[in-house]
This record gives sequence, C-alpha cells and structure tokens, in this order.
Amino acid sequence: MTEAKTIRLDHYLVEKEPYYQPTGDEIPVFEAAYGNRLPVLLKGPTGCGKTRFMEYMAWRLQRPLITVSCHDDLTASDLVGRYLVKGGETTWVDGPLTQAVRAGGICYLDEIVEARKDTMVVIHPLADDRRTLPVEKLGSLIEAPDSFCLAISYNPGYQSVLKDLKQSTRQRFVALEFDYPDAALEAEIVERESGLDAETARRLVKFAGMTRNLKGSGLEEGASTRLLVHAAKLMASGVSPVSACRGAISQALTDDPEMLAAVDELSSSLF
Amino acid sequence: MSDPTALEQRLDRILEVEFSYRNTAVPAARIAGLAADRQAYIMDWVQRIASTNIELAYQYACRAAEALEALEPEQVEAWALQAMDTYDQEGLHAALGIMRDLEGFVARSRELAVGAVLKREEGVLLGFLHGLSGRRLKLAAGEPVHTDTETLYLPPVLARLERPKDNFLLYKLMITGFWAQVRWGTFRAPLLRALAADPQPQRLLQRFGSLEVLRLDARIERELPGLYRELERLQGLLREPPLPPAWAALRNWAADPAVTSAGVLQRAQALADDLPPCPPRIYQGELLPEAAGACMAARMEREKARFRVALKLLQEELSGEEEEGADESAERPRFSRREIPDDDPEREMEVEILLDGRPLPLPLEVRNLMSSIQLDLGEIPDEYLEPAGEGEYDPALLGDEEEGADDVWSGSYHEQGAFLYQEWDFRRQHYRKAWCAVREITVPPGPGGFVEATLEKYAGLTRQLRKTFEAMRDENRLLKRQTDGEDVDLDALVEALADARDGSEMSDRLFTRMHRTERNIAVLFMVDMSGSTRGWINEAERESLVLLCEALETLGDRYAIYGFSSYTRKRCEIYHVKGFDDPYDETVKRRIAGIGPKDYTRMGAAIRHLSGLLQGVEARTRVLITLSDGKPDDYDNYRGEFGIEDTRRALIEARRDGIHPYCITIDEQARDYLPHLYGPAAFTVVDQVRALPLKVSDIYRRLTT
Repeated sequence: MTEAKTIRLDHYLVEKEPYYQPTGDEIPVFEAAYGNRLPVLLKGPTGCGKTRFMEYMAWRLQRPLITVSCHDDLTASDLVGRYLVKGGETTWVDGPLTQAVRAGGICYLDEIVEARKDTMVVIHPLADDRRTLPVEKLGSLIEAPDSFCLAISYNPGYQSVLKDLKQSTRQRFVALEFDYPDAALEAEIVERESGLDAETARRLVKFAGMTRNLKGSGLEEGASTRLLVHAAKLMASGVSPVSACRGAISQALTDDPEMLAAVDELSSSLF
Repeated sequence: MSDPTALEQRLDRILEVEFSYRNTAVPAARIAGLAADRQAYIMDWVQRIASTNIELAYQYACRAAEALEALEPEQVEAWALQAMDTYDQEGLHAALGIMRDLEGFVARSRELAVGAVLKREEGVLLGFLHGLSGRRLKLAAGEPVHTDTETLYLPPVLARLERPKDNFLLYKLMITGFWAQVRWGTFRAPLLRALAADPQPQRLLQRFGSLEVLRLDARIERELPGLYRELERLQGLLREPPLPPAWAALRNWAADPAVTSAGVLQRAQALADDLPPCPPRIYQGELLPEAAGACMAARMEREKARFRVALKLLQEELSGEEEEGADESAERPRFSRREIPDDDPEREMEVEILLDGRPLPLPLEVRNLMSSIQLDLGEIPDEYLEPAGEGEYDPALLGDEEEGADDVWSGSYHEQGAFLYQEWDFRRQHYRKAWCAVREITVPPGPGGFVEATLEKYAGLTRQLRKTFEAMRDENRLLKRQTDGEDVDLDALVEALADARDGSEMSDRLFTRMHRTERNIAVLFMVDMSGSTRGWINEAERESLVLLCEALETLGDRYAIYGFSSYTRKRCEIYHVKGFDDPYDETVKRRIAGIGPKDYTRMGAAIRHLSGLLQGVEARTRVLITLSDGKPDDYDNYRGEFGIEDTRRALIEARRDGIHPYCITIDEQARDYLPHLYGPAAFTVVDQVRALPLKVSDIYRRLTT
C-alpha cells in the first residue's frame, strides 16, 4: 500500500508524464492559446479524456494544475475565497481560483455549467484581455501573471435549457472539441491503459460502439473510453469479459432492467 | 352451499335463465360435487364473466369444474381472462372458441410456459437489435419469418427448445441473422433481375438463400463469437444435421471476407444442376426479395431526398455564417466525399463529407441517414452530394409519414394512429386491454380578443394575481447563522465573542449563506370539454385559464393545457391547447378562446394519456389538475360506478408514477364521489360558477406553496 500524501493545491505539479494519445491537433492549439494567454474551453462527452488532457498539458507546460469540479451549489466565494473565523479573529482564505492566479498555474473548472450563475462574474474578467480577478471582499484586484491559464470544460450532450453555456461566456474561449477516439485509436488506448491483449481490446471497443448506437433509444449516453478502461482493467485481472462488461459498463450506464438485459445480451454475443 | 338446487338457482339468477333456454342443472350438479372453496371460486368468476357476456359465463360454468380438476387455479384464471380479452378484441364467436377449446388452451399454455413470447421479450430484443445496427430496425410478429430491410418479422412464440432461455436465444439468433442481411448487404445483389432471367427461379432463390446464410454465418462467427458458441450449442440441442460435403466446401468459399452478396448470387447461378438443396439452418428465415426490394426502393428515394435537403440546410447555415448577405450569384461551396481507407474489409468504408475540401462535422441525424444510405448502396453516390433545389421535393417525402389524427379520424372507427389505453372493469375486477382509442387533436383557434376582454373584465384581479405570484417566484434568501457560508455573519460573531468572554460555549454558526429556493414544478391542466359545460361553465373555464396563464407566466412554472372529451371508447379525444414547450402566444390565446363543449367525459383514458405526457417532463413535482363539472360519464356503459372506478384506477396509476392529481369542480354533488377518487384533501368544490376564475389561480397558489 502506498501512503496518502497531502499536497498544497498551488504546489500540485504533475510529475510523471500522463498517458495521452492525441486525436487531432489539440496539443499545438492548446500550446498556442497558452502562449497567447487565451483561455480554453474543452467540449465533449463524459469520459473521453478531457481531464487527462489537462493533466498532460500541465505536465508538458510544467505548471501547477488546480482542478475544480463544479456542482450546482458552487458559488463565486467557493472559487475566490472567504473570511473564516479563527480564535476570535477573521482571516481571509484564498479559494482555488485565487490560488491558481497567484501561483500562475492552470485552473481547470470541470463541468462549468453546473456551477451557479454568479461564478461567471469572476470568470469573465479573467477570460478576456483584462486577465484580472476581482476580489470584492478584499477590495482588491489580482492581475494574473502570464503563466496563468484558465480552462473550462462542458458537455454539450446534456440537452437541458438550464445547463447551457451563455454566448457571452463561450465567446471568450478558444474551443477544443473532444470526442471518443476512432476505433483503432481507442483500442490502443484501452490496451495501453489496462494491459489487456489487443484482440480483446478491439472487441471491447466494438462493444462500446454498440452501446453508443443505443444512445437516444434507451440509453442517455454510450460507454465512454473511461468505462472501457475500467472494464479492461477488470478483464486483465481475470474477471470474465461478460461480468466485467456488466460491472464496469452496463451497470454504470443504466438502471433500467430491460436495457441492462439488452446490453448484457450484446456483450455476451461479442465475447 | 353444496346443495345443487341452491347453486342452480344462483346460476339461473346470474345467467338470466328466465329469458333463455340455458340448462343450468347440469353445470350446477357438477359444481355441487366440488369442495366449498372451489364452488365459491367458480361462482365468483361466473358472476365476473357475466358482467362481460352471459353466454360466455354460461360456457365457463359448464367447463369450470372440469378445468379446475385438470389445471392449477392460476391457469384456470388465465383461461377465463383470455376468453374475456378475446371477447373485447374479436367478439363473442372467437371468445366462445376459447371457452370451448380448453384442451387447446392447455396445450398452448404449456407452450407458453417453456417457450419465449415475442411480446414479452420485445424490449430486450429491440435493445439488442438497436445496439447491433446502424439503422433503427423494427420488430413485429408475423408470417413468413423474414425481413423487408426495415422490420424483422418473427414468430409470436418460439417453443422449439425445452427451456425458455434457449428459446429466447433462438430469437436472438434469428434477429442477428436478419440484421446480418441488412448489415452485409444481402439485398444489394441484383436478385430480382437474376430471378426473372432464370428458368428455375424458385431453385435459384433457395440456393442463393442457403449460400448467403453460409456467408453471413461465417461473418457472425468472426464478429460475434460469443453468440456463435451458443448457436453451436443450440444446433446440437435441435440436432441440426451437419452440412452436406458439397455445401461444407461452399461454406469455406463463402467464409472469405472479400465475398459479397453479388458474388454469392453469381456462384449460386453457377452451381451444378444436381446439387442437392442445403437443409435450412435453425435460425434461417425466408427470403422475400419483392418485399425487400419495394421497401428499399421507397426508402432510397426518401433518404436521398432527406440527405440532399439536409445538405442544403447545412450549406445555407454555413454560408450565412461566413458571409452575411453574400451575393446570390456567387459560387456556392461544393460538397465532396472522402473515403477513409481502412484495412479491415469487414467494415464499411468510412466516409467523410467535405465542403470545399474541408471535413464537415455532421449532425447526428445526418450521420445516421448516411449510414443507412451506405447500408443500401454500399457508398454515397455522387448525385446525393448535390444539395436539393428549392421546393424540389414534396414535403410529404421528407416528414415521417405519420398521418395526422384529423386525417385518420374524420368520423370513421379507425384505430390507426391512436394511442390505445386499458380500462378498468370493476365488475370483472380486471383491465380491458387496449380498450380506449385516444387521439390528440389541436383545438381550432377561436376568435381573437377573448383574452384581452377577459383581462379587462378582471383587471383588478389580474393586478393582484400578478403581485401574489411574483412574490412566489424563485428568490435568493439570505440564511443567517450557518455553520458554513460565503460571508461572516457579524451579528452572530459579536454574540459568539461575547459568549466566549462570558465563559459560555461559543457557537460555530457564524456565517451567512445565500440560499436559492427553486420552484421545479410542472403542471398540466386537464379541462373538461364535455357537452354539459355548454354555456357559462365553458366561459368560466376559459376565463379561468386566461387568468391562470397570466399568473403562471409571472411565476415561471412549466405548464400545459389540454382539453378532453369522448364519444364511446373508440373516440376519446385530447384537445391540445398548450403543450409544455409551447410559448404563451397569440396561437395559444386563440386556442383558449376556441375551447368549446363537445361530447362526454371518459376521464380514465384522458388521465392515462395526460399522465404519460406529464411523465415526459423533467420536474421535481408534477401536478395534474382537472377542471371539471361532473362525474365521469360516457355514451357506452361508462356510467356510474364503472366510470368512477376506472377513473379511480387511472388516478392510482398516476400517483404511482409520482404525479399529484388534484380536481377543481363545480359539481355540487362532487363531495359524494370525489373523496373516493382523489382522496379527502385533493379536490375543491367551487359552489358558484362565476367564482371559478377567481378561485382557480388562488387554489393553484395554495397547492404549490
């Protein structure tokens, strides 16, 4: 067992090269955007490698990476910081965004549409050529150093009116589109990440294609590359392919018993 | 109760023997020979069946004792229910057939016990099929077992193997076989032409079919090895004879991935005259080239049209984006295609569509369309890449050929295109299946100005309503004294510090937090449009709706308005006034004005249909509010207790699905039956019709806060 270690957020550097397989020109585009101090928007379905890409870029650029997973109760103060009471006195504590700006790191806001609307107020001035972070409660304005980079991600697949990115926000970013890699590349990724043999990895990718066929007629989303890697890892440790697909993929995709049965029938046909 | 005379008298009463020549003495004597609990069981069922049809009940009484001896009670029950369902769907003659043919029913029910039933397995099989295929293939029960490239026709029951699971597997294999035909282009071969030219078309068709199955079999073996293993097991169980040597050699030839269906056809034409036919594989269906050809031709025309229109739309979108107000005569960008080379011959060539040489991201529908076209043709032909001209295609070709309710309807007794709902028969203590035919019809717009006139009439009230509903809107509330929050709560802090000085415990609730209360309600108003609302009730209903819309627009809740009326079970109508996604605009206003009295009130069907709609809306709370003026009632026997019990059932079903039903009525006698339907606290009786517009919005406010 390895021991857990605690790292301060703004000192979190990705030390080992994360495995990332580019699907297009996303790496040079990101580097160019970074060099020109432009913020970046990553679009794409869940589990297709957005977060891995950010880790890879943080490693490549050797900047600290601060990731915030947004949720529907995330407010501007959660990002910027707040006063806390310590022994009869109030002290200011920086939030993750402020920490990233001060440290000149990369701040990655995952699933930004989930956050409350008021968070946009602090993101907008950081995302245009002002590159400043207003900290209202301190009455100050922090200018971001050149090495700071703001990246956000969002999944256009959620077709909810409430969860759409506003034009005023999205038009500030350089957008990079991510999708599931094509079959051959995806098989290679699965193979590489899990140590599974090439033939089984290929079948697994085919199975993913079948679940993606079902998107919209029973499933909300098809299997992501991440789920495939999970299933492949189980298989590599000796779990039978059908059980691995059920545990790591079908059960993760749906609760509907009929759909589960249909997906299981697909996996048992393939393996 | 074992006395035959007493039984006979009871039977006479139930079966109304006075008016017929039925002989009840014989069945009574048979029943009297049974134990008391069985007697009671039979008499109960005779009574229930008699509520449907007396002759049916008489036949049941004659055979029930015998049936109970031979079968388990559940089977006897199933037999009676099937007879009644058949009566509902096909009439007395067919139902009597089932009552009389107990032996046949028993044989069939054995079959059902070990077999797989298509209806029961359809959900899973369809999911399996859609997972396999690029085209949305459909499943249906039908003879002969074949596919027309859009629908797979399968036997309704499969009982060729001993275990239900194996029979299910056989279905799966059949489906895979047909899917393989579509997937690997069986019908792309020029089969019809070859058949017309051949002196022995029947033999050629059979040979092509056998050889094609061998080709697809090999592909299935490579693509779906898990399924193929099961296939081999089933072949063992069903004792499928091994392939004759000549055919086994052909199998080796057909297994080459480079062989296409056209190649198979050529080979089939060249086969030796004396080659014996190949025994069919266990999952092999028939090949109907005419049916498939007709279906393909229609689809190819339709898809070509849709594809070209889609390209035209894309072109317009893109050119509009890039050069605003560009010169019309300027050269439009051209589409082309690029095939992505792939060393795997099993797969279709992947094709990218390029616009002026740049790859174009296509919307999902267009991509699906493209893969369907490729399944038929194997490629995207050049003429498909020419965007459609203005008005080149008939819009009927482009839309889904669904007939509008108004067209199908027009007074006839068609069930085509209608939603069928079950109905609870309280005397039978069971549902009547697919009993009510419900159609959605759009309310014809009424005269303009009604909404404005109403708003003027209730001007004072409207202002007040707006104010009250505004106060209910989503708002942020500052919560004080929280353990965690955005800001320090100074009051709390001062107090806490004072406490600390004082020596008492210091509170940790020192923060303020912005709390957002979110209204997440979807409400559907179901408006009674029965004949009895004629006159001022109708007017009051419409006025209520106008005021409600005003209030709800202020509030921002999602809402929909539908009217309902019926004229027998075959003609239940739902009138679309405003759907959840429709904006409250002039059209909706005109439709509200156009709400008029129609026929009767079959509430059960309307509740079932509208709860279905409400289910489709994403909301934390779903409310179904009925505006009504009386009891459920319809022209056929949907009167009194029948209507009330069915409505009660429909409401129970709705509640089970997480919908909150509520009723606002002006029927003064409603207090007698509404508690039974809606529960003691889920209805309001408005005594005066005139007060309805004032009350409805107020009731809604109370209901949702």
